[in-house]
Amino acid sequence: MIEVRDLSKSYGAKLVIDRMSFTVHPGVVTGFLGPNGAGKSTTMRLIVGLDRPSGGDATIGGMRYADLPRPLRSVGALLDGATTHPGRSAFDHLLYLAQSQQISRDRVDEVLDLVGLRDVAHDRTGSFSLGMGQRLGLAAALLGDPPVLLLDEPVNGLDPDGILWIRNLLTHLAGEGRTILISSHLMSEMAATATHLIVIGRGRLITACTTEEFIEHSSKRSVLVTSPDAVALTDLITAAGGQVETDAEGELIVRLIDAAHIGALASHAGLELHQLTTRLASLEDAFMEQTHASAEFGGELPNGVSPALVASITGATS
Amino acid sequence: MSVAVTTSTNDDRTSIYFPGILRAEWTKFRSVRSSVAALILLVVISVGFTGLFLALTISQWDQIDDAQRLSIVADPTRTIIGAGFQLGQLAICVLGVLVISSEYASGTIRASLLAVPLRTPMLAAKALVFAVVVFVVTEVATFASFFVGAAILHTKVAVSIGDPGVLGALVGAGLYGAVLGVFSIAIGAIVRHTAGGITGIIAFVLVLAPLAQLLPGTVGDHIHAYLPTVAGQLVVSAHQGADDLLSPWQGFGVFSLWTAALILVANTMLKRRDA
Repeated sequence: MIEVRDLSKSYGAKLVIDRMSFTVHPGVVTGFLGPNGAGKSTTMRLIVGLDRPSGGDATIGGMRYADLPRPLRSVGALLDGATTHPGRSAFDHLLYLAQSQQISRDRVDEVLDLVGLRDVAHDRTGSFSLGMGQRLGLAAALLGDPPVLLLDEPVNGLDPDGILWIRNLLTHLAGEGRTILISSHLMSEMAATATHLIVIGRGRLITACTTEEFIEHSSKRSVLVTSPDAVALTDLITAAGGQVETDAEGELIVRLIDAAHIGALASHAGLELHQLTTRLASLEDAFMEQTHASAEFGGELPNGVSPALVASITGATS
Repeated sequence: MSVAVTTSTNDDRTSIYFPGILRAEWTKFRSVRSSVAALILLVVISVGFTGLFLALTISQWDQIDDAQRLSIVADPTRTIIGAGFQLGQLAICVLGVLVISSEYASGTIRASLLAVPLRTPMLAAKALVFAVVVFVVTEVATFASFFVGAAILHTKVAVSIGDPGVLGALVGAGLYGAVLGVFSIAIGAIVRHTAGGITGIIAFVLVLAPLAQLLPGTVGDHIHAYLPTVAGQLVVSAHQGADDLLSPWQGFGVFSLWTAALILVANTMLKRRDA
């Protein structure tokens, strides 16, 4: 369990983390979401004590990270950016980490196998691709078989096989009762992996809930309606308080009233319906909506993302 | 893969394991090529320049000025070791800065501090490992230099390892190297950038001393004598020279105090700053 209480961090006059509090529970994969510059990486660095908080604290299993005597056995962290010397081999990198924690040499070979780097274990890491570097980072995080994992952008640089592999690995590790916090800028990845979400923006907590709740609570929930009597139906729905948009194919996208209500309206008026589909907002939609106001760099958020495009990325939730 | 054991409740996990941290620092040190290269350079430069310098001195024995000739006769050990080590020590300086600054350059420092979040044990282990390695290699370089140098010099000045103070000076050279290594690590840890750190240590070792010598009067002499490496290098003398304000081991003590102060500053900054 990771507990963050009133955590703050400022660089000079700039407050980057503002009294953030949340709890990450064991047994599930918790996604850590936020637009660029929201403070995800900084929060993770604060949790593991690389940066000093300006206020508040973070504990792991009730202890501050710095008080863990052999921390790699309690917490595995994969942080943003390189942590290996380009002239040192993958094996030696893991070996010195293992030695510092009294972890056996056999475990080094084990994690190298686990992440698929055994064949290049004695190559210098300077020759590694981004994906191989990421696998080495994961090997380091898993070295101490820790009950808590903090992974900053773990799928960064991985190919589709690698992404699937890590998704399964994380689900498996969570199933063993571990506490797992992963940050990612790929919403689709979060939807596929995380069951709980912590959403932040501009250094503040926006919401902490399950992924399902997050999508359901989004006001972007809509109903897709196809009808030969579209014009008449539009009038009825509008009169009942719904909001109607017509797309290029003449389908109606209805917001503010639900499918059952629309069905009842059509039935009473004797109008024919060909399709009546509730579409939940994708995680992308919900995320954009909830974090938009807090995005530090508005320009980096794709304002006009069409539902069709989002659906093509995430697989539409209907 | 057991998850039942969460955080440290077992006895063997309730404290840090310093021998493991030492071993980790040794693994880090030996697993990059620059370490081995710099140590080889240390030996080659020290012995090579000792031979070169002394051969030139002997060949021009009758042309060199009296003061220099007198100083060689007064303490040949200091001349022999000083000749090559003056340059050889730069390898220690550069490598000492590199062992910490390269961690910042590559990001390894974050992996290191995740493993040892108290930070001080990491710095202590790094300094200790480097000091021991440098001591051993400097002794190899020094003894080799001494035998080469004494052989070249013997036609003009006879010096043997059994002479008073000589063995102490030879051992002292290794100790000087070890402390210089820690001094360099401290500079590297404070500056955190390779280029800046190397510039800083070179300034201490090569630039400050000649500058201080330009200061007038006894104040200038005292400032010069108490500069870290000026004081430290006295330890390679077989005995206190006529112009020395400090004895060899007093000089070494002054240098050690400088180093202790600097490593304390480095440690405080390491603990305070974001990594």
